[in-house]
Order: sequence, then C-alpha cells, then structure tokens
Amino acid sequence: MKAVENILDKIRPNFEKGGKFEKFYPVYDALETFAFVPDHTTHSGAHIRDAIDLKRTMFLVILALVPALLFGIYNTGYQHYLALGEAASFIDMVLFGLWKVLPLIIVSYGVGLGVEFIFCIIKGHAINEGFLVSGMLIPLIMPMDVPLWMVAVATAFAVLIAKEVFGGTGMNILNVALTARVFLFFAYPTKMSGNKVWVNTDGGTPVDGYTGETLLSQAIENGASFANTANVAYGSMADSFMASFLGFIPGSIGETSTLAILVGAGILLWTGVASWRIILMGILGGAAMGLIFNLIGPMYFPDNLYLTVPWWHQLVMGGFMFGIVFMATDPVTAAQTDAGKLWYGFLIGLLAIMIRVVNPAYPEGIMMAILFMNVMAPTIDHYVVETNINKRLKRLKTA
Amino acid sequence: MAKVIKIKKGVDIKLVGPAEKKVSQAQRSSIHALMPDDFIGIVPKMLVKEGAEVMAGTPIFCDKSHPEILFTSPVSGEMVEIKRGPKRVIEEIKILADQETKYESFPAWNGGSRESLIASLLQSGLWVFIQQRPYGIIANPKDQPKNIFVSGFDTAPLAADIPFILQGDKAAFQSGIDALTKLTEGKVYLGIPSGDTFYTDIKNVEKVAFSGPHPSGNVGVQIHHIQPINKGDVVWTVNALDVALIGKSLKAGQFIAERIVALAGSKVSTPQYYRTLIGASITSIAGTDAAQPDVRAISGNVLTGTQSNPESYLGFYDSTLSIIPEGNHKKFFLTEGWLAPGFSRFSISHAYPSWLLGNKRYDLDTNLNGEKRAFVVTGELERVFPFDIYPMQLLKSIMVNDIDAMEKLGIYEVLPEDFALCEVVCTSKIEIQSVVKKGLEDMRKEFSH
Repeated sequence: MKAVENILDKIRPNFEKGGKFEKFYPVYDALETFAFVPDHTTHSGAHIRDAIDLKRTMFLVILALVPALLFGIYNTGYQHYLALGEAASFIDMVLFGLWKVLPLIIVSYGVGLGVEFIFCIIKGHAINEGFLVSGMLIPLIMPMDVPLWMVAVATAFAVLIAKEVFGGTGMNILNVALTARVFLFFAYPTKMSGNKVWVNTDGGTPVDGYTGETLLSQAIENGASFANTANVAYGSMADSFMASFLGFIPGSIGETSTLAILVGAGILLWTGVASWRIILMGILGGAAMGLIFNLIGPMYFPDNLYLTVPWWHQLVMGGFMFGIVFMATDPVTAAQTDAGKLWYGFLIGLLAIMIRVVNPAYPEGIMMAILFMNVMAPTIDHYVVETNINKRLKRLKTA
Repeated sequence: MAKVIKIKKGVDIKLVGPAEKKVSQAQRSSIHALMPDDFIGIVPKMLVKEGAEVMAGTPIFCDKSHPEILFTSPVSGEMVEIKRGPKRVIEEIKILADQETKYESFPAWNGGSRESLIASLLQSGLWVFIQQRPYGIIANPKDQPKNIFVSGFDTAPLAADIPFILQGDKAAFQSGIDALTKLTEGKVYLGIPSGDTFYTDIKNVEKVAFSGPHPSGNVGVQIHHIQPINKGDVVWTVNALDVALIGKSLKAGQFIAERIVALAGSKVSTPQYYRTLIGASITSIAGTDAAQPDVRAISGNVLTGTQSNPESYLGFYDSTLSIIPEGNHKKFFLTEGWLAPGFSRFSISHAYPSWLLGNKRYDLDTNLNGEKRAFVVTGELERVFPFDIYPMQLLKSIMVNDIDAMEKLGIYEVLPEDFALCEVVCTSKIEIQSVVKKGLEDMRKEFSH
C-alpha cells in the first residue's frame, strides 16, 4: 500500500498544474481517490464525518446487482440450450452466458466511462461515481442478443444527453440506464422487442413449438390461460408463476429472476441505500392496478385477455421488479421528500401495469412508467413542500 | 413533570474520551483573549488602546452599529496586543492577566425594573450572553422578546454535562433565571432532560422535558417543539451555564467570568473538568495534549466547535474543549477506505457493519471520508433533523440565494448548529453549516436596510 501511495505521489506532479499531463488531472484524481480515501480533513463546520461516501454507496448498489447478474448469465445459457432442445451441463450454460453477457458489460463500462472521462477532462471536473452503477444496469436491461455497437451508441447517448448536459451525477432528470434503453427501444425496435431477441438460438434449430416469446407477449395473446402455453414453451417448470419468480424465462438479462432481485432489494434496504418507501409503494401500486384489471376486465373488456392475468403474476413478470428495485429508487431522479417518495413509488407501480396491459404497442410498461415519473417527481415534491410552507404560513396567521 | 417531548430523529455519536466527572483547577493562563469572531455579525470598535490597564469588567470594545453593547474583559491586567489578520480584521485581543483579579464594579441588581436590569447587563458586558433568534446574534436591548429559552442540557458528543457543572451554582442559576423573567413579557422556558431531578427546585420557569438523541439538547430544537418561530418573531436564548454566570455577576456587581470546562476526546490523557476563566489559553487547560503532532484541538464540541491550536484561546461561549486525531493521512481503499469491511468506521447508515457492534465508542478523526459531490442521496438528512422543515430543499434555496424560498422553508427557525448532524451524515460531504451560515447572513443583509 505504501508502495502504491509512493508511486502515485511520484507521478502526481505530471498531472498537476504545469505538469506534462495537466489536462488529464481528472483521470489521475479518479485513480488516486479510487485507491485511497484522500487525506482531506474538515475545515469548517462539523469536525467529524460519517464514513459513508458516494463510492461506498455505489459499491453497495453494484453488490446488490450481483445476484441478478449471476442468474442472468446462467439463464442466458439455460434458455439457449432449452430452445435448441440440447442437453447441457451447468458449466456449459454459464460459459455460454458469460460469452454473451461479458461483452455487453465491457462495452457498457468502456463506452460510458470513456465518454465520462473525456467530458471531465474537457471540463476539468472530478470524475463522479454515478456511472459505476449505470454501467452495470445498462447490460442487465438489454436483451442478450442486442448488437454491441447498439449498446455503445445507446450508452454514449445516455451519458451525454441524459447526464452530462445537465451537469453530471446528481443533476440529471432522467435515469441514465433507462435513457439508454428507451433510446434503443425507439431507434431499433426490432432488436429490443418481439420474439427473436430474448433467446439466442444460433447454431441450431429450435425445438418444435418453441416461440421465443416472453411471458408478456404470451399474456397479450392468451390472457389468464397464458400459463398453460408458457408451460409448453418452458417445459421444465411446471408452474409458470414459479418459473418467473425464480427466473427461468426469457427476458432482458437481469430482469427475469424476481428472487435474485429481491435478494438485491434486501441488500439495498438492509444497508439503507434504497428507499423502502419507493419499493413498497411501487409493489403496492402494481398490485392495485393488477387487481383493478382483474375485477373490471372480464366485465367490461372481454376482448383484452391481458386484463385477466392474476395481479400477483403481473408482479413477477417482465421488468417490473427490476425497475422498482433498482431504477425507481435512483435517488437523483426520484422524488426527494419522504411523502413524495410514497406517491412516486405508488404511481410508478400503477402506471407500469397500466401501460403494460392497456397499451398494445408496448408489452412492458415499467420503463415508460419510471421515465414518466422521473419527469413528474419534481412536481410531486413541489406539492409536498408547498404543504409544509402552507402549514408555516397558517401558523403565522393564527399566532 | 407533565409532558415529555420525544425527539426521534437524530443520533448520539459516542466518542472515546468523555470527561470524567471531576473538577480540578486549571493552570493559571497568563494571557486571556477576546476573539471578536466568537460574536456573530458584530463589527468591533476598540475602546481601549494597547498597553492600557484594564480590570475585569472594563469595556474593551463595542459593536459599531450597537455601541451600547459592550464587550468587557474577563480578567484584570494589561492589554498587551491587538492581533490583526488579513484586511486588518481584529482576530484576538490579548490581556496579560494579573495574579489577583481586580474587578470593575457596576450597580448590582437584586430585583428592580427591567430598565435598570438592562442597564446593568449592558454596562457589565453580561448582555453579550443573551442571544436572539432568528440569526443567532447578540440580542438587541430595544427588542421585546416573545419568550426566552434556555436548554438545561447538552447532547452533543463529548459535550460538558451542564447539571454537573451547575451543581455548586444552583442559587446563581436561580437568580439568573429570575433576572431573565424580567426581560420578557412572555415566558422563560427551560428545556430539561426527561427523568431529570436536578432542576426540580428551580422556580419561575416553564419546564419542558425532552427525551431522545442529539440534537434534543439544542435550544433550537426545543424552541421548534415548544413554540416555533414565525416570521417577525424575536425570541432570546441564553446558555444554561451563562444563566448562572449572569446570576452570580449581577448579585456581586462584578463580571465574574468563571468557567468550568470539560476537556475531552480520544487524544486527551486525563479527560475531566477544569475550572478556569473565559478566554483562557488552550494550553492552560489542555497542557501538552493539544500540542501533540496530528491532533486537532476544538474549542467547543466536535460538531459545532471552532478549530483551535495550542497558541489559541477558549471561545467566549464555550465550555467544552475537545481534542481528537487529525485525519490527514490517506486511507487505502481495501484496508481502511471505502471498500474495507469497516468494523470501526462510524456511519448512521448501515453501509458499514460497525452498527452490528452496538453501543461502542468510536475514535473518530477529522478526515472528510470522501470527496465533495453534488447532492445525490436523499432522505439521509431528514433522519437526523428533528424539525418540521425540509432540510435539503432549504439548503438548495440558500445555495441559489432565493430569499423568498428560504423564508417560506423556515430559515428563521434554525441556526448552523441545528444542521451539524446533517453535515456529519451527508454522503456528498457538503459543508452544510457554512451554507446555513451564509443563508442567515443573506437574510440579515436583506432586512437590515
């Protein structure tokens, strides 16, 4: 450690004002502060400080993503061999998954951090930790067969347009990772939806009856009985609720296993990094909307079979849980007041299921719901804070 | 004791080295100093010249815009130096103390009219102990405060135990309270810890009990829960120890500037209480403890105190002297830093496992533990801020200098000290107390003309 410190101290003058690589100081600073918490001491105000910093916070989020990531890697291989009807060992599935998923992660981090570094060098800003999480989220919300160049373009777009133009980490209005996804969703819809993108079937012919559809598209076609169809397609799992709870279904890499996501949610809530208000109310909102559809669906809209999918099944399908746990809770783009978070979470859940079920153009609604509520969050906060202000004004009048 | 107000938000940071409940005589400090920076918002105008002989209670300087507010010497002796800083700002006014203190006398006050009381307080320099909210500045003698608030306990880490110090001065405390009741047509409120027995026989005050973690002992928190400050209100506050000092001095007709100071912190060899006088040198109290390499001496508590050094002096209002290690070394990320397990790292979040160890005392240094960032994490300030105020929104309104929003969001009800814990827990390491201080300054400027 002392040796590393000495090396860093030795090359430091090159990056400081007047040094050879003066312009690259943000890069040096990022590396140094990664390796060592700097010797900065308090100068004004409180003399002692909490040990938490943004690096620790971001690291805990990445830690919480690890279960979803690991399962996603495995499931990519699992779905591949299942579709081809080939027998494969656990190791084969993981290796196939790694072969598909690792490049996505590398491209996402490489491009995102590259853009961020260039931006900070030009602007002379310190490099912030925000992208450490975005860089992991982006591959996890992609179909595993998405072309790498698309991921690169989408990541660059998201970092630049969603974040840096607003002033960097902490200033953005839209969730960065979802911006990358929504960019691809509208620019290259054929690579982001349909039944060809979720499972890789290269090098073989799919087995009979295999469609490659997600549960969501099957639900559109078959309504409550989709479970039976699903069972045919995903053979090994007799119960499609269990299949989607555990995650043995096609879908974006990180979203399929509700169980893995809940483990992550446990880490986030245990360490206090994510807001329980948003997660709890998000789930309640989704359940409420699902329940409403269950009740009114058969009576008023017998044609829309999607309405009949049980509300508890809605919660474990698609990207709902992943969105609620990892993206809705992004503190920068969420509502910032405690009361606001309750509304924000509830409305995300509600809207996600509503968009999913009512709008036939989008089989999934969580992405749109979160982005929409990102935009609405300041308005929610405005009214919450306004209530506080009015209370104060009222006190003044009665006093 | 009927009502207990429960404060739920906040945190008690337990630090190594609390002062043992034992009072010793501190060394005699040869030099005592007044530091105008201790008094928020005043511009000092010197009343005596270097070399002059002064007595305890002799006016040394006054406030330029309120010349009736006098700052008097805590000791008798020769005024040896006016130390000036950049732009000739007066930093320290040093007085070489006599062996035996000689007192300037003023008309003692043993009950009488409000005017005579105010005259005595002003003449003796005791007025300076009376502060007003909003803004936390010295009270204006022409104001009629709505109420006067005194907090009978201090919950800050390592802070002096007020009932312990007041033990021998109960009568003086009572006469101080009696004087305060003359100053307001409203009430004098005394915030006491729940389950307290010390203040039971104190009369003529409205006692309100508080329970819960720091900052429940902050007078600002107590005011907020008793009767929050509205726009246009003026309330006064006095530190409990200063109430006793006022009581004692008013009776004697002399400015008796005695202080009992808690010397505490992990770098103190024998943490305990010392008897001294206002403005005593740090060395006279802390001895060589403050002169060790890589330590920080703080006049006041570790949350709101002033960074000090062995050549400096005890702050005018301070009754705690904390000495903790400096954090001026780098911390390798795997062993001590952000990726370390961190069983000895303090955090109110559960981001480090130290919370599993329960009620242990921490040896914290002055490292920022991270780099300054924009606000990212939300909801963490609210956990340690027991006010019905949105702290982050208020801070942002100050940062963009929106006077109207600051007022609406409740800036009149707070002082920087009320935000001290917010500053401690802030993930983005924003200097929150400085922001609040600037906000209050902006408000004062806005309304002073």
